Amino acid sequence: MTNSGTKKKVLWAIVTVLVLVYALFPVMSILATSFKAPSDLTSGTFLPSSGTATTSNYEQILVGDAQGLFLSALRNSIGISLIATFIAVVLATLCAYAIARLDFPGKGLVLTTALAVSIFPVISIVTPLFNLWRTIGLYDTWLGLIIPYLSLTLPISIWTLAAFFRQIPWELEQAAQVDGATTWQAFRKAIVPLAAPGVFTTAIIAFFIAWNDFVYGISLTSTETARPVPAALAFFTGASQFEAPTGAISAAAIIVTIPVVLLVLLFQRQIVSGLTSGAVKG
Amino acid sequence: MTSAIPAPPAEPTSSPENTPSVKTRSTPEKKARRQYSDRVRAERRLGWLLAGPAFIVMLLVTLYPILQAAFESLFQFRLTTPDEREFVGLGNYAVILTDSVWWRDLGTTLLITVVTVAVELVLGFALALVMDKALKSIKGVLRTAILVPYGIITVVSAFAWFYAFDINSGYVNSWFDWLPGIDENTNWFAQTGTALFVIMASEIWKTTPFISLLLLAGLAQVPGELTEAAKVDGATWWEQMSRVIIPNMKAAIMVAVLFRALDAFRIFDNVFIMTNGAYGTEVLSLLAYRQSISRLEIGLGSAVSVLLFLCVLIISFIAIRLFKVDLAGTQGGK
Repeated sequence: MTNSGTKKKVLWAIVTVLVLVYALFPVMSILATSFKAPSDLTSGTFLPSSGTATTSNYEQILVGDAQGLFLSALRNSIGISLIATFIAVVLATLCAYAIARLDFPGKGLVLTTALAVSIFPVISIVTPLFNLWRTIGLYDTWLGLIIPYLSLTLPISIWTLAAFFRQIPWELEQAAQVDGATTWQAFRKAIVPLAAPGVFTTAIIAFFIAWNDFVYGISLTSTETARPVPAALAFFTGASQFEAPTGAISAAAIIVTIPVVLLVLLFQRQIVSGLTSGAVKG
Repeated sequence: MTSAIPAPPAEPTSSPENTPSVKTRSTPEKKARRQYSDRVRAERRLGWLLAGPAFIVMLLVTLYPILQAAFESLFQFRLTTPDEREFVGLGNYAVILTDSVWWRDLGTTLLITVVTVAVELVLGFALALVMDKALKSIKGVLRTAILVPYGIITVVSAFAWFYAFDINSGYVNSWFDWLPGIDENTNWFAQTGTALFVIMASEIWKTTPFISLLLLAGLAQVPGELTEAAKVDGATWWEQMSRVIIPNMKAAIMVAVLFRALDAFRIFDNVFIMTNGAYGTEVLSLLAYRQSISRLEIGLGSAVSVLLFLCVLIISFIAIRLFKVDLAGTQGGK
């Protein structure tokens, strides 16, 4: 028995290591590249050659030549993603409450629309928006990205929140109504505090999606005023025209991955439950 | 983009419309009816008041642009020469559908979709089984680890894989030069097959976690008694899988496959970063982008966009018909 117990432990250790390598290897790979000196990039090794590891790539994008390019993109990404997430979560919270709790005709229509929007090919929206935004002056502005980002963040927020809301003990709301509260008061006083964790989790998932966007970012912006990080990475150039921007891009990639890793470390349980809550009841 | 798998919102535990009729049972019937319908009307109004804004925003950001694209696809229109806008009917569609580029890109896109979804399904199922069986202490670690690829920016993943395989900055060639066909001069991004291999590897790495979490949720819904009964009856591991577990999570598998397939069909970021469509790796999204944003051919680009949209519609339609996937669930039972 002890023998098979040890065997099992070893097996699980191997499996765990395999999964960790699978999940983290590409991140480690670009992390290692971000510390390579320009002369070391072609060495054909995973790690920087001993003694040549350098933080110059980080200096270049944070305080050096590429600072303007990267920091403005970072500011755009954070601002646009947060605003798009906020608007989507507010609208979705109201909508999901109505779907989970109230009886009104067209409920199915709202849910089907959310579903259809979430499978919509992003690129199909880009062409008409590109043309329209240029005409009405939204091209290369924050608002010009926040609006289309709602097509990414809103449907998933509605579905996730609707799933969360059905797990709430609604008796509390009824109790509040029996005590004389209106439907609206019952919603605000009894349900909002209970719903807050679900809303927060939805916000994280919506933020990931907005943070990840590339198609809108490269198509609807042209300068540093609104270009988000993923798009900026694609347009990075080296310190000189003879230098590949590999190191700078890697360093920038690591910096924009930090918030993702932090959110995952802090909220993995919530994110998993948000992604799968009630997924597919047979 | 990753999509939420719809969870049909449950019926409210007690239907609100019943409450007043219970309350007013003792009052005269006429009065009860009026109170009832007032209440229903108020509820309907509140329902649309709350759900309406989200509904309108969704229509504005998708329905309006696709209708605009359908309209613009009927014109020959280039932004550089706006005065030469000319109505050509379905001419743009004829141009695209008779061009081999469209069919080659469609083939590439379908190939990527089929291969990535198939690999992800197997890999994701293995990961789900591991997470399902893991002890609590390990489970947290495993889930945290696989959420990193889920949350990471696709462009970052593309660069990570690109730099690892790149002939200049990569290390894959020197690591695997003992394999036939790989040496220090192997240029992965100069041939269709090898370039697609790396593109698909990045896509699979990034999106398998999502599929595996959905399958994990599906696994959790397989009744434990069934698996136990099969075990007692002496079923092998493979028999338990194929006869009990997989049939019982068919719905979860189908929905995961459909959502990932539609997502993979829109692949853009990885291809744009790694090859920008060179060497026969161009996909449909990139074709649409190249026409409208790079060449400013709004008419042609819009037609490609509309065709891409139709492809997605056809795939969903076939999948729903073929596999009877009830995507929207019971829609609150109404």
